[in-house]
Amino acid sequence: MKVLNIVETAYRATIEEQDDTVVWISHALKGAGADLGLLLSGAAVNYAVAQQDAAGLSFGGLEQTQPPRIPQDVGKLIGKGVAVYVVEDDLEERGIGPDGLIPGIERIKRAGLARLFGGYDQVWRW
Amino acid sequence: MATAKAGATPATSVQKKTLTIALMDPPFETARNTTALRLIEIAVRRGHDVNVFAYEGAVGLPLKSQKQHANAVHGRELADENHPLPHLWIAALMKSAAAHGAKIDWINCGLCVDERGATDVIEGVRRGSPADFWAFANASDNTLVIPTR
Repeated sequence: MKVLNIVETAYRATIEEQDDTVVWISHALKGAGADLGLLLSGAAVNYAVAQQDAAGLSFGGLEQTQPPRIPQDVGKLIGKGVAVYVVEDDLEERGIGPDGLIPGIERIKRAGLARLFGGYDQVWRW
Repeated sequence: MATAKAGATPATSVQKKTLTIALMDPPFETARNTTALRLIEIAVRRGHDVNVFAYEGAVGLPLKSQKQHANAVHGRELADENHPLPHLWIAALMKSAAAHGAKIDWINCGLCVDERGATDVIEGVRRGSPADFWAFANASDNTLVIPTR
């Protein structure tokens, strides 16, 4: 069974979780043998921007030593053979150009989503 | 195949299905969990099996330490207020499922449980992992993800 996970809500509790929970579960599902794809849409297209840094948080002198590294987590999914797509229209609406995206990510037009969905048995919109 | 009498409505038998639902919302925050429980009730009353994978805040749904309270704004004492508790609803749904020849297999994501200290759950709720969710999905007729927003 081929499943496409869609991430749309961005940076949801990523500081507390140290990751994005949908990217995380995608890693876990892949490890369990799932045939997966991942689509970044809406504000979550920013996960495709390679240069970002969430380090430096400290409350009362208690430092977060392991901040989330979401582009790296997405890149590792690509390295595991997961096809990762990003909605090009959502990138453009946010002024994010093609330069600086993580290597291996596939840009896809919004008009092409139906065809993309058709290539999967199930689509899970998280 | 059964043959219907002439003029009679053909008998239809509903084949038992298995559904998997992934939940993410914590209790008492949105109506999405209520909607999910409605869907589960409809399914089990029709004899279908339902798997639930509770991810992140949803692991708080079957916590048996949830307690009812009185409500001064409503002007009702504890008993009259009869405040809804998700763990009681889930337990009732599990009973209803059994009465209709169905079952609810509920797994709480173990790491999500550890993060929240949400260990005190009702009978029938198991600890598991995304691998269990994947196994659920593969063994089901369909899977519905109800995420948090």
